[in-house]
Amino acid sequence: MDFSTFLQQLVNGISLGSMYALIAIGYTMVYGTLRLINFAHGDIMMVGAFLVYLAVSVGLPFPIAVVVGILGSVAVGVLTDKVAYKPLRDAPKISLLITAIGISFFLENLFNVLFGGVPKAFPAPEYLTTSFKLGEIIIPIMVVIIPVITVLILGGVLYVLYKTKYGMAIRALAFDIPTVKLMGVNADYIITIVFSLGSALAAVGGIFYAISYPSIDPLMGIIVGLKAFAAAVLGGIGSVTGAVLGGFILGFTEIFVVALFPELGGYKDAFAFFFLILVLLFRPTGIMGEDLDRGRF
Amino acid sequence: MKSLIIKVLLIAASLWLIWFLHNNLSSYRLSMIINIGIFAILALSYNLINGVAGQFSLEPNGFVAIGAYMTAIFIIPMDTKLDMYALTDPAPIILQMQANFPIALLAGGLASAFIAFMLSVPVFRVRGDYLAIVTLGFGFIIRIFAMNSPSYTNGAMGLNDIPDFADFRWVGSIVIITFMVMIHIIYSKYGRAMKALRDDEDAAIAMGVNTFKIKTFAFMTSAFFEGIGGGLLASFLTTITPDQFTFLLTFYLLIIIVLGGLGSMTGTLVAAIVIGFGLEELRFLDSEMVIFGFETDAHPGMRMVIFSVLLIITMLFARRGLFGDKELSEFFKRKQS
Repeated sequence: MDFSTFLQQLVNGISLGSMYALIAIGYTMVYGTLRLINFAHGDIMMVGAFLVYLAVSVGLPFPIAVVVGILGSVAVGVLTDKVAYKPLRDAPKISLLITAIGISFFLENLFNVLFGGVPKAFPAPEYLTTSFKLGEIIIPIMVVIIPVITVLILGGVLYVLYKTKYGMAIRALAFDIPTVKLMGVNADYIITIVFSLGSALAAVGGIFYAISYPSIDPLMGIIVGLKAFAAAVLGGIGSVTGAVLGGFILGFTEIFVVALFPELGGYKDAFAFFFLILVLLFRPTGIMGEDLDRGRF
Repeated sequence: MKSLIIKVLLIAASLWLIWFLHNNLSSYRLSMIINIGIFAILALSYNLINGVAGQFSLEPNGFVAIGAYMTAIFIIPMDTKLDMYALTDPAPIILQMQANFPIALLAGGLASAFIAFMLSVPVFRVRGDYLAIVTLGFGFIIRIFAMNSPSYTNGAMGLNDIPDFADFRWVGSIVIITFMVMIHIIYSKYGRAMKALRDDEDAAIAMGVNTFKIKTFAFMTSAFFEGIGGGLLASFLTTITPDQFTFLLTFYLLIIIVLGGLGSMTGTLVAAIVIGFGLEELRFLDSEMVIFGFETDAHPGMRMVIFSVLLIITMLFARRGLFGDKELSEFFKRKQS
């Protein structure tokens, strides 16, 4: 691999890693506060992309469609929490997980019924699909935009988590929900904030994904969601910086392994799974994570 | 002694019923109840890890695929194999694998149980719900491998001309065996340890339950019977492709065990029959309909929307399902105190 190909793959890796990172943040925040693997999170990303598609096809300009997509995803995310997860806060964990998988399956099939299962071309505007040349390497404009926006968003999320009183409440919830309630914090309100933040980031990730791989289908969220969860575990579930780190590691691995060993291309989607197994075997708390349950193993 | 006689009589009656149905039903009805029987085997074993041991897992489609491929490779005659592998020549070991149907089923079950053991080591070492996500991922990985190793699985073309051994006598008998094994596990010390683990893991550890061992045992037993169910499915369908073993299969089974009651094997049997017929009868939902005089378009996937809503509603309002975690016979027992 010569240097220019290396650079080319590097920017591709950064861009793919950013998308995984954005989705992984939502997983890690919900798991951190509720200890729930939100199976529907990957599908929220799909909802975001489809709402943008819908908004553009009724004639809204693209930037407004993006806002519609993000707000719509936040609404769906918060609604799933209110309708499906909140009544089960005190129920056995398995009920919550079954409901989460039910929601995920419901969203996939609802969009399948509404839009049909055939992949649709994503209506990205031309100024986002152009590319420019830097020496020998061709850089699509999105490859620059995605990491920049991701870093900005990460800064925002970290600011909210560590500098505001809402962030303090979120971090406190991660330790002990009953005690936080006793301290007079409205736990349900804080959980709503967690779901809104996570869903908004998932929608942004979904829109980036749809622009970069310009087609969308109702099942697109499953495999990306699975990979983002693996990224969150790799970085240390419960840690936001860890989720971003895990997302980048996964993104780079996928791009570089396929670039170096093209014959492994068919197994690209399996790398995340092996990362997950390796992390569970050797360092279950991930790279940045603390031991959430202080387990004995 | 009395309960033993009842048991033997029940088994004899079920076997008689199976042979009676096999001889007297039309082939359409027979294939329907074979389908339900296979679903019952899968759901019974799925309920062991999910309902009895309380470890949320999404594995059936992966293990069913392993069992199906394993059994199919063993029972397809060598000449057929030589013709069938279109993309590349079959690997030499594939040609050597030849066995009769029971051995092939057993091989499928053992292969699944072995993979389950390999997965248990990383997953059960840590606390938390990693089993769910690892098994969900595993279902996808199996598909990726089946697609990408044409010399073993014939890639996306799948395996065809699998001999059709799986008649209702086979399937019905294995339903009975699975049911009996599950009931025996539930009432054994392993079953009690699983229930303790489900209800309170810390308390179970404090009582000296080796949770890693119990979880692994439950997971491997589930995988074993899912592998056998997969083998039956392969022989019943006579053709398998990687795309048949998607998450949809797991989802059907999840609905069955949730409706029947997590932890109740009799509930699972009842729910498998209800859902099995329901899926067949609700096929009209996917096609065009006339509702209040309005004609709607065909909506493939509408059944799935309704089933997922059914699952969520059951979880929210009737979490215990049909029988809760009790068996049918326990409802007739007098309280002992």
